[in-house]
Amino acid sequence: MKQSFLEICIKSFAWFSGLFLLSAVFLIMCYLIIKGWGAFGFSLVFGDVPPLDALFLHRKVFSGLFPAIVGTYMLVILAVGMATPVGIAAGIYLAEYGKERIKSFFSLFYDILAGIPSIVIGLFGFSIAIFLHRYIKEIYPCLFISAMALAILVLPYLIRTTQFAMENIPEDVRLTAPALGADKLQNILYVLFPRSLSGITSGVILAIGRCAEDTAVIMLTGVVASAGIPKSLMSSYEALPFYIYYISSQYRTSQELQTGYGAAIILLLICAGLFLTAFFIKNIMIDRILYRS
Amino acid sequence: MINTGKFIEKSFFIAAIFSAALTFIIFVFMIFLSLPLFKGGLFFNILGNPWKPEHGIFGVYPMLIGTVLIVLLSLCWAFPLSLGSSVLISVIAPPRFSKLLKKIVQMMTGIPTVIYGFVGVFLLVPFIREMFNAGSGMNILTASLMLAMVISPTMIIIFTDSFENIPQAYSDAIDALGGSAIQKLIYVILPCSWKGILTGLILSLGRAMGDTLIALMIAGNAVAVPDSIFESARTLTSHIALVIAADFDSIEFRSIFTCGIVLYMFTTILILLVRFLGRMSLKNK
Repeated sequence: MKQSFLEICIKSFAWFSGLFLLSAVFLIMCYLIIKGWGAFGFSLVFGDVPPLDALFLHRKVFSGLFPAIVGTYMLVILAVGMATPVGIAAGIYLAEYGKERIKSFFSLFYDILAGIPSIVIGLFGFSIAIFLHRYIKEIYPCLFISAMALAILVLPYLIRTTQFAMENIPEDVRLTAPALGADKLQNILYVLFPRSLSGITSGVILAIGRCAEDTAVIMLTGVVASAGIPKSLMSSYEALPFYIYYISSQYRTSQELQTGYGAAIILLLICAGLFLTAFFIKNIMIDRILYRS
Repeated sequence: MINTGKFIEKSFFIAAIFSAALTFIIFVFMIFLSLPLFKGGLFFNILGNPWKPEHGIFGVYPMLIGTVLIVLLSLCWAFPLSLGSSVLISVIAPPRFSKLLKKIVQMMTGIPTVIYGFVGVFLLVPFIREMFNAGSGMNILTASLMLAMVISPTMIIIFTDSFENIPQAYSDAIDALGGSAIQKLIYVILPCSWKGILTGLILSLGRAMGDTLIALMIAGNAVAVPDSIFESARTLTSHIALVIAADFDSIEFRSIFTCGIVLYMFTTILILLVRFLGRMSLKNK
């Protein structure tokens, strides 16, 4: 069959754009890896301090990425720890208890919350810190404030994934426990929640990824370029994405720039790892562990 | 037992209320902190004035223009690219290749924005500088190109989803009539999924507007109103990030809440639009 001119145009444009996108991503990745490969090694993370000394906090690391990695790690744990219980509870309410009208009303609010630019949420966190500072003098933008703001950032995603996972349970599974005499709560706790656990877990992991990569929120709420390991929730801290941003505009030596490339690769690996884990869990793992079939 | 059930239901409800209230609280807080501006009628002045701290003028008009230019230009790059890629994924490419491509696009949504910015600074900026002989190379064009990379994956995912959701009967009808894949695309898929395409565009517009890092790192952050796409500009988001005033009561500091309110309201309007579109398609079915 002879193809018309239009068909050929559309086809070649589609191939062009797909391949263009692929090659752009490929170029970005290759550039990062080639430039940053030389920096890789223990000294990238720990500087000139022996790794074990650094890990047990015997000696401070000044020239490595260790404080930034620890900062990101603590930030993520705090933020996701705060957001997960609230997000899951709200998601369960929406999926199981809410009536149609309440549901659409609430979900409008969650959609708006999800759409708010992260810098605006950072601004909110910053103004909370100032507001509290008037009453308690010790409070400045700090690790805790950042974690709280990040928790707000990921909350709507957690609610949505929980709701989605619960609502997608097939009707016959949903009716089994009530048919055996279980009440609504038992049904949720013993059947519906475990059943949707893989969906919820992958949502949580994606939330971790978002917390780890977000820069706009933390740059307004207490991250600094060099602070060492944070001593308490109320102190400032370092984080990987902010370090990358900082290096890109403020690097002084080529060695600092090298560390920046290294940091970018580490962050990329963390995010890719989390993404793959979420994907893996969603598709395969937990269902198989819980329901050996 | 009934009491525990009631108690747990209550706490679920409180969590839901609390999360919804946060949306509202953020807005109220920003209004509250920029209240002095509203009283003096300064709010609209700030939106229309230039940024000249040395003269005591703290308008965000240049940032407004900068945001609009960068966002629209990035959509101009990202929309055709995403449309083409989604056509490739859902219509043209052989199944295995399209599956692989879809996976890669999904992975791309997980790449941190700061990494795009970082590579942009050291790869794209020098390229644009040499290519167009454009000063520092940090300008609207550069930022919009990188921003297009950031928003494309989301757009492609929404587009392909809506392409694959067309009624099976329509698709079968074209096959039965002996139509080619491209004919199916032109006469069935595209007309059926215009709402999905519009939704994708609106959501990406919101994402592009809300993004801070790309513009902050590679748009140059000049405070003047840009004359061409080869001039550097500052967006509302990067303006918030850049203004760090020590004096919390100064107008300079208050003005960043104006930026915050504008961003908040604009994204809310976009979300309402998307919901409206969703309602429409539900009624039609």
